[in-house]
Amino acid sequence: MPEDHDIVTERPAPHEIIAPGYTFGSVTDQIASVVLTRRTPIFWFACFSVSIVLLSGFLLAVTVLLAQGVGVWGIRMPVMWGFAITNFVWWIGIGHAGTLISAILLLLNQQWRNSINRFAEAMTLFAVACAGVFPLLHLGRPWLFYWLFPYPNTMGVQPQFRSPLVWDVFAVSTYATVSLLFWYVGLIPDLGTLRDRTQNRFGRYIYGIFAQGWRGSARHWSVYETASLLLAGLATPLVLSVHTVVSFDFTVAIVPGWHSTFFPPYFVAGAIYSGFAMVLALAIPLRSVYGLQGLITDKHLDNCGKIMLGTGMIVAYAYIMETFTAWYSGNTFEGAAIWNRMTGPYASSYWFLITCNIVLLQVGWFKKVRSSPVLLFIWSIIVLIGMWLERYMIIVSSLAQDFVPSSWGIFHATRWDWLTYTGTIGLFLFLFFLFIRALPMISIFEVRTLLPQAKVEEEAGR
Amino acid sequence: MSLPGTYGVMAEFDSPTALVNATRAAHEHGYRKLDAYSPFPIEELNDVLHLHKNKLPLIVLIGGILGGLTGFMLQYYVTVIEFPINIGGRPLNSWPSYVIITFELTILFAALSSVLGLLALCGLPMPYHPVFNVPRFAMASRNRFFLCIEAADPLFDAEKTSEFLETLAPQEVSKVAN
Repeated sequence: MPEDHDIVTERPAPHEIIAPGYTFGSVTDQIASVVLTRRTPIFWFACFSVSIVLLSGFLLAVTVLLAQGVGVWGIRMPVMWGFAITNFVWWIGIGHAGTLISAILLLLNQQWRNSINRFAEAMTLFAVACAGVFPLLHLGRPWLFYWLFPYPNTMGVQPQFRSPLVWDVFAVSTYATVSLLFWYVGLIPDLGTLRDRTQNRFGRYIYGIFAQGWRGSARHWSVYETASLLLAGLATPLVLSVHTVVSFDFTVAIVPGWHSTFFPPYFVAGAIYSGFAMVLALAIPLRSVYGLQGLITDKHLDNCGKIMLGTGMIVAYAYIMETFTAWYSGNTFEGAAIWNRMTGPYASSYWFLITCNIVLLQVGWFKKVRSSPVLLFIWSIIVLIGMWLERYMIIVSSLAQDFVPSSWGIFHATRWDWLTYTGTIGLFLFLFFLFIRALPMISIFEVRTLLPQAKVEEEAGR
Repeated sequence: MSLPGTYGVMAEFDSPTALVNATRAAHEHGYRKLDAYSPFPIEELNDVLHLHKNKLPLIVLIGGILGGLTGFMLQYYVTVIEFPINIGGRPLNSWPSYVIITFELTILFAALSSVLGLLALCGLPMPYHPVFNVPRFAMASRNRFFLCIEAADPLFDAEKTSEFLETLAPQEVSKVAN
């Protein structure tokens, strides 16, 4: 079939989620060719090199940390959480968009998710891996991490199940496991495609092992569809619970600026806000480098922009309510905590975060911005910075100035703090670009179902 | 029945509609040991092959209930029996604070059982399957649709079944070696 080999490059109409003219064959070839080609774009090598450099910094920082202890970080009394927990919350939040796209949008039957769910789920997985690094290193003796889990031991002690920090261990490890399972189940049919398409013996062997002998039987597809729906149904409450549990780390404590009931929904909205920013920051360069504008269309970017706007407005509402409650509650300490944020030693960070997250958010109302990939990319980077500052503000400013002025202190990040943080960005990019090179970044079989020719034309009278 | 060494006869189609119509015709002709292969899920095939019910939801339900029980019992055992700590006279069985981990383990066990259940119900991993002996079958994961009538079917006869498949306007009909 010669027409199968035509690669579609024309731009689709603004409202389309897939360019016209694709066939089952051309969709398969275009997505699989990113992996099966011998030619790797310069862009890939450039990004991978940057990630290796950052990752080397990470290895250095971790080596120093293990050799000398957590004191190499800027964590001092009273700010013992510092960068580590800021980065943990930031990374976990970024992961949430992937699960939202793959699970919640599947249940809502949003077909545009089909071409962005695969790499968004991979993003989730790698973001959770980066997040997990921080609490582990922050333990001080990371090699004893298994003490976090209940197991019969000769010390005769057990974890405190009434503590949100222990809930976090279970929530995050469950989230990581379920995300991995969901991602792998989604990959099985596409691994079968790669197994059948690759010319490389070694590749056929590896893809074959992971495809487990998938052959696209109708009996298998029937169970497979049930499994996808069930996993989506399980992942939906899970993703909402994870950031809720993370917010419990703060709200259950009585520190002013932390102890409030709106934290769970505020954290979940913030997580999705930053996660969609990361989806856009990854999708926009990838689709132009690999010429995937026909599959990840302007409509996708527009939809992601709208979700960012919606969740961003929830976050803005939370900031306003936080300030209002601090005043309206009449609680001296709550009021002082917010006042210290606005005017104290961290005022510049606070106003910078308000600018990033609330003032600049308003650009999302303009269709011009949402239809311009360049502006969307810049906006998403601003949101990522703003959401990082938000977590920094919540953790550092609340701990630095709590009840008694005699116990106040100021947090100064050290170079090892920065090196560890940028190092996890390197770890994320490293894993992500390996994924781009080795696995199909768009779900091939789900995109096939979007094509008009995938519809079965029933005979009249049936 | 047919010669040993034959798994079945396979017909190739170029559209999902042709596959669904052929599968329906084969089913109406009386064939029961047949399977359709496609590069993406086709809902109409579930109607034709009567595949609407499977045991996966039950497996996941059992997994979820086991997970919830494990989560709660684990916390109850640790905080009440194994390692009781009296903090200000609060009850040892403080069940509201067990809700989170009970919930997490419910989800974890249910998700694991849905993946393991999927593999078990599909009989995966399967390192060898006869359909892969047809060279064109590599296209089943790209843009071709296949219908295979298996030799295990009582109505199967290598010649007659091939002739029957030829009447369904396929691209190609081939024998599947075992």
